[in-house]
Amino acid sequence: MPRNGLLIEYGYCTGCHACEVACKQEHNYSEGMCGIRVDELVTVSPDKVQVDYVPITTRFCDLCADRLKRGEETPACVKHCQSLCMWYGPVTELSKMMEDKPRSSLFTPR
Amino acid sequence: MAKGDEKKVLSTMWSAGCGSHGGCGCEIYVDGDKVTRVEGDKNHPFNQGRLCAKGLALPQYIYHPDRVTHPLKRVGERGEGRWQQISWDEAYDTIEKKLKDIREKFGAESVIFCQGTGRDIGGPITFLMYAYGSPNWVQVGLAGHACYTPRLGAMFATQGHYSVADCSQFLEKRYDSPEWTPPKYIIMWAQNPAAGCHDGFYGHWIIDCMRRGSKLITIDPRYTWFTSRSEVHLQNRPGTDGAIALGMLNVIINEGIYDKEFVENWCYGFDELKERVQEYTPEKVAEITWVPADLLRKAARLYATNKPSAIQWGEPVDAMPAGSVVAQAINHLWAITGNIDNPGGNVIARNSHGVTTYPFSSAELTKLYGADLVKKLNEKRIGADRYPMIKGFRGWVQPDVLIEQMETGKPYRVRAAWIQTSNILGGQASDPRRHYEAMKKLDFIVVVDLFQNPTSMALADIFLPAASICEKESFRSWWQPLGVSVKAIEGVGESMSDWEINLEMAKRLATTPIKFNTVRELIDDRLKDGNTSFEKLKAKGCWEYPPEGHNTRPYYRYRRGLLRADGQPGFDTPTGKVELYSKRYEDWGLDPLPYYEEPKESPVATPELAKEYPFILTTGRRSPVFFHSEHRMIPWLRELDPYPECEINDRTAEALGISSGEWVYIENRHGRVKMKAKVTPTAHPRVITAPHGWWLPETEGKAPNLFSTWDYNINNLTSMGNQAKSGFGGTDYRSGLCRIVKVSDGKE
Repeated sequence: MPRNGLLIEYGYCTGCHACEVACKQEHNYSEGMCGIRVDELVTVSPDKVQVDYVPITTRFCDLCADRLKRGEETPACVKHCQSLCMWYGPVTELSKMMEDKPRSSLFTPR
Repeated sequence: MAKGDEKKVLSTMWSAGCGSHGGCGCEIYVDGDKVTRVEGDKNHPFNQGRLCAKGLALPQYIYHPDRVTHPLKRVGERGEGRWQQISWDEAYDTIEKKLKDIREKFGAESVIFCQGTGRDIGGPITFLMYAYGSPNWVQVGLAGHACYTPRLGAMFATQGHYSVADCSQFLEKRYDSPEWTPPKYIIMWAQNPAAGCHDGFYGHWIIDCMRRGSKLITIDPRYTWFTSRSEVHLQNRPGTDGAIALGMLNVIINEGIYDKEFVENWCYGFDELKERVQEYTPEKVAEITWVPADLLRKAARLYATNKPSAIQWGEPVDAMPAGSVVAQAINHLWAITGNIDNPGGNVIARNSHGVTTYPFSSAELTKLYGADLVKKLNEKRIGADRYPMIKGFRGWVQPDVLIEQMETGKPYRVRAAWIQTSNILGGQASDPRRHYEAMKKLDFIVVVDLFQNPTSMALADIFLPAASICEKESFRSWWQPLGVSVKAIEGVGESMSDWEINLEMAKRLATTPIKFNTVRELIDDRLKDGNTSFEKLKAKGCWEYPPEGHNTRPYYRYRRGLLRADGQPGFDTPTGKVELYSKRYEDWGLDPLPYYEEPKESPVATPELAKEYPFILTTGRRSPVFFHSEHRMIPWLRELDPYPECEINDRTAEALGISSGEWVYIENRHGRVKMKAKVTPTAHPRVITAPHGWWLPETEGKAPNLFSTWDYNINNLTSMGNQAKSGFGGTDYRSGLCRIVKVSDGKE
């Protein structure tokens, strides 16, 4: 069976936290528990300050196993990402997609 | 039942629960009589399956243990927090008797009807108010009425209708619509669209447009995600946006890069505008705004020479010292570049299908309630006698005049307040202490809400429990598509929808009989204008766009005679053109042309005061997980934004000896509040930004604490009485002065 993962084009992540709350709602996670976290990165160059956000999966990410068994197409975070910068699928396909997405990361939790 | 076997209800979000100014389509999953989860609806063109954190947290909101689910009456003194559960009948009877007595003795105008942010609540609240006979519909404490109304007033005066950045939202096929094209540039003017939930505008549409090639010009005192991705970032001094607009007009006009055909055929007063903007050279504007002259020129040239381009603007525009004037100048930018009602420009936004959700204009009011009412309203409406623009544009009270009148009792005393889903003291009100003192003296106060909050705890005599968006039927036409909110579950406990409560009260209080037996009849009556009904819309998935050729559908309606009542081409203004020189402003005794006004308190206006308070304080920084003062009690959301944080530049903080995460006082001559310092290079060295609406629901609710609103609500540092000459705009929400003091040094 192919291994699935999450491709996140973090260059488009605005830090809206929808993925985190989607995850918490889907799993009914209590305080502190969440399958994904968004971090703010601030970098400073001589003429500019840049703000970026980077979602990272945690040990609680199960790629929405129960949800997908119910017949939903994607994990809750992928569906609700407001920037539409997350994809779910076989790792081999996602890694091909990465070639066109310079600022992206691939997560393969299991 | 396992997840997946539930019933799925499609609905439109536009009310308390998610908060929502928006209009997102949602799937509400119901197991038995319980909402198990809420997701975005992929088939809804507004959000296309996505949903914000607030919408996704709806189950925790609906079933929160602190929700008030039965009518209550106060049994102790105001603020003591002693309540007794009563029946709906007792609540209605008590209110009916009190309000009838007051009307008989003092006149209906002595009761004010108070709403907060503009969502579906405007419908039920005006319905009840006009049935009772009061003209006083108000967003209490909203200084300068600074939330969209100044911008709407400026657009009404200038071009007869409102415009918004065109992200294809008026077409059901959205980005695939053949008639749409993405804006080449989008000017993000004083708004962070990824946080907050803007009027009828889904913030991430901007990202959708960026994916399709739109470039950004951002006007923002902070560095943000958007400024990081902008071709030009104008990092301006808060409060000076008017000068930027005038400077851009100067460049575009003097360099001859405006749309000559559009100006020639469709604009009035170009020569007067040209003469007016001559004094606002980029060099002069640079002195006022901190924005380098060449950067201003670059922004103006990119915007004017790349058509189509759009402007998306935020609430700070309203809060400028002359909010309706700043909005007018920005409106002129899209007008003289011909970016009006064109694909990818600033498209004209009208209520879908011509359906009135709540009546703003005199025309809508007359249609619903008759000409006599409109005339009568203006006789006693608070502020209408003092401000012709308040009188002439929309049926609201001017909030800065209201607080004076509550204090002086002149020209008549305010006796009672009906406050519906509006946390006045912990939310919108400037100088909340002043409002607390004034409103405590009212004879009778009803609060309709879902949770106790600083306002209900301090002031309510009767508390009526309102339903959340998932528990009610409602409808939305602001702007598109036309949609209905479908009731997925019965009201939790005994809670009732705002429409149900107000229809019942209206029946009891109306001076002429109410023709509707049920809320459904009322909604269907309003939907008649769209040739549809609640059931028809519900069957279609709860939304519908107007048919081809309808005057609420784009584009270029001014050429096709679809904007004016007389069916002639042109705009719905006295001259039939976009009025760069405004006849309506002239009629209202205002300068017909835009100008710059300095904030009342600033390093420029009050240099002595600025020595004591060296930083500019700009409030209202949006959080992506809260809507105004809502949601602080929702665990999934609070976890992501646990404390009120003010942003302080890293070098500034170092000089003050402050480190990130440390508690500090923000102080000025109006007061002080406590926040955690977020030390960051994204802040300007001379600017402190703070979020609004903070209270701590987990702390003592009784007075004097009132959920810690006096300690954390940044509006304790703002004031009333700074309103613009028009009555619209002018507050210190966005451009006050302050200093920062470490709590450990605190002079307690």
